[in-house]
Amino acid sequence: MATTTQPAGIGAASGDGVQVASSIAQLVTDAPVPHPTLPKTFGAMMAREFRVLGRNAPSTFIRAVMQPLLFAFVFAYVLPKIGSGFGSAGAGAGKTGVTFSTILVPGLMGSMFLMQGMFGTTMPLVMEFSWQRTIEDRALAPVPIRVLAIQKITAGAIQAFIGAAIVFPVVYWVHAPGQGPHVDVTNWLLLAVVMVFASTLTASMGLWLGTVVDPRKMQMVFAVVLLPLTMLGCVYYPWSALHVIRWLQILVLLNPMVYMTEGLRAALTPSLGHMPLWAILLALVGGTAVFGYLGVRTFRNRVVN
Amino acid sequence: MTAMTAQPRAARPPEPRAAAIRTEDLRKTYKSSRGDVEAVRGIDLDIPQGEFFGLLGPNGAGKSTTIGMLTTLVYPTGGRAWVAGHDVTREPVAVKRRIGVVTQNNTLDMQLTVAENLEFRSRFFGLSKGVAATRAAQLIDAFGLGDRKNAMADQLSGGQARRLMIARSLVHQPDVLFLDEPTAGLDPQTRVNLWDILKVLHAQGQTILLTTHYMEEAEALCDRIAVVDHGKILAEGSLDELLADAGAETVVTVRYEEPVPDGLAERAGLAGRPGITKVEADGDQLRVFSGDPEGLLGELVEIGAANGLHIRDAAQAKPSLETAFLALTGREYRE
Repeated sequence: MATTTQPAGIGAASGDGVQVASSIAQLVTDAPVPHPTLPKTFGAMMAREFRVLGRNAPSTFIRAVMQPLLFAFVFAYVLPKIGSGFGSAGAGAGKTGVTFSTILVPGLMGSMFLMQGMFGTTMPLVMEFSWQRTIEDRALAPVPIRVLAIQKITAGAIQAFIGAAIVFPVVYWVHAPGQGPHVDVTNWLLLAVVMVFASTLTASMGLWLGTVVDPRKMQMVFAVVLLPLTMLGCVYYPWSALHVIRWLQILVLLNPMVYMTEGLRAALTPSLGHMPLWAILLALVGGTAVFGYLGVRTFRNRVVN
Repeated sequence: MTAMTAQPRAARPPEPRAAAIRTEDLRKTYKSSRGDVEAVRGIDLDIPQGEFFGLLGPNGAGKSTTIGMLTTLVYPTGGRAWVAGHDVTREPVAVKRRIGVVTQNNTLDMQLTVAENLEFRSRFFGLSKGVAATRAAQLIDAFGLGDRKNAMADQLSGGQARRLMIARSLVHQPDVLFLDEPTAGLDPQTRVNLWDILKVLHAQGQTILLTTHYMEEAEALCDRIAVVDHGKILAEGSLDELLADAGAETVVTVRYEEPVPDGLAERAGLAGRPGITKVEADGDQLRVFSGDPEGLLGELVEIGAANGLHIRDAAQAKPSLETAFLALTGREYRE
């Protein structure tokens, strides 16, 4: 409909033609000369991400808060209230007086990294690579394509970081009396390293998945990849507790999320025991490097035919 | 086919000249499990600065792939190309700095408003926040999008979206502007409005490469036109040159109810008639190219009648790009 209403100049074929001509002509001759540099372009792309995130803040916030809120409500309030032995028995920690919410904090944060990092990276990519290929807009910015890929990882990682950090206040506020988590951070640097690499790892995985998977099969990928990763990511129990099911304990070593939750256990509840630190850090840093490399490569191949 | 470019290609030095766009035997083959698809099969272009150049051809001719290679988003599988003096495969970032691109599909950032689309594009190209905002405001005014500036990009009509895409491609003063089918799917009024904008840009010295499958668009806008089909340039030159080269005569086509019998044209002595340069029998059609079509149609009707053929329809096309295309390819132009 708006094609017929021609505002301010362009439309009126002959009458305003001269004015239009001169205003457009001026745009060509009086244009400011741009001096793009890599940091400026990267910064502008990040600014664009934050503008979009800010605009979608309510829905982003709800998406980020619902999962930890419900988890905390069911596991730290409802189950303790109805006297289910689920928490202590499942975690094998109740006997020592550790609340289930203490076990749950690192696990919940791990699953938030995965959800937010993948959602924050994969879903926008699926949109941008769909039939209109709006990715071409950003791909024409004056930087190498791999910088655009790294920018996507950065944006996704920031969302994952925020999503995981939201878990703290939620679990602190939502629990039955006496069922609050007991978090004891002795090594803040370790916490920072684990959180940063957990964020970049999930965002890198998200970039890779978003570029190798056919958008039409994305639903299936979430069922086949995301669900098993979270359910078997040592969310509800520490990895060491799995020793009673030895084959599963070994199998879940393939799951990147295990290292996120165990890394968080090492940083948040070191006294409860966790996987060796070297294994955790090797997996998080190495995983970021591997998935980052794969993701950047497939992204480039998708953008440039 | 006559090559219309003045220079023999082999004699050129290997270094790029200051042409806005130059390609040498540019090729793209898409590999697929069902066999390779040769989308572009050796294209040579030499487009000086300030020229309005058109790639004209039917859908699937290889135009978009060619633009894709020139704008660094498609990787060539053969040959070389330079845009604004930079090699598209070796210096893609330098090329991207100097080009504006309006793709065929709507690649506006749907998560941003009209004004933000322009502001962020300006900032991607290194303009400061303040300058970007000023530039966006000017572009919005000049392109008549004032009352839509705070609308989300996905709420625009087809014509508005196309105007915004052109405005967006101009934020950083590109040396070369690429427009891939800029008026496809637009109504005639909007199309003419866009033509006016492009004419102004061209008058300012903007180098423009446009692809189109609309003959009249190429005729209305372009200094030079390359007719492309099946990944190759069939002919290249100004409109007048193309018409002259294609022997652009009037084409009289008669379609009979029955198939044209072999040797009909020869028996009727059509080739000997003054002005006729070519006669083609094609199924039930007889196509005659002539510089002097006076009375020709009547004659074809009589020849048909004398040979027991009944006329279904007849058409006479004046010299135009359409008849030139027909002469070059031996086929009707399919849009």
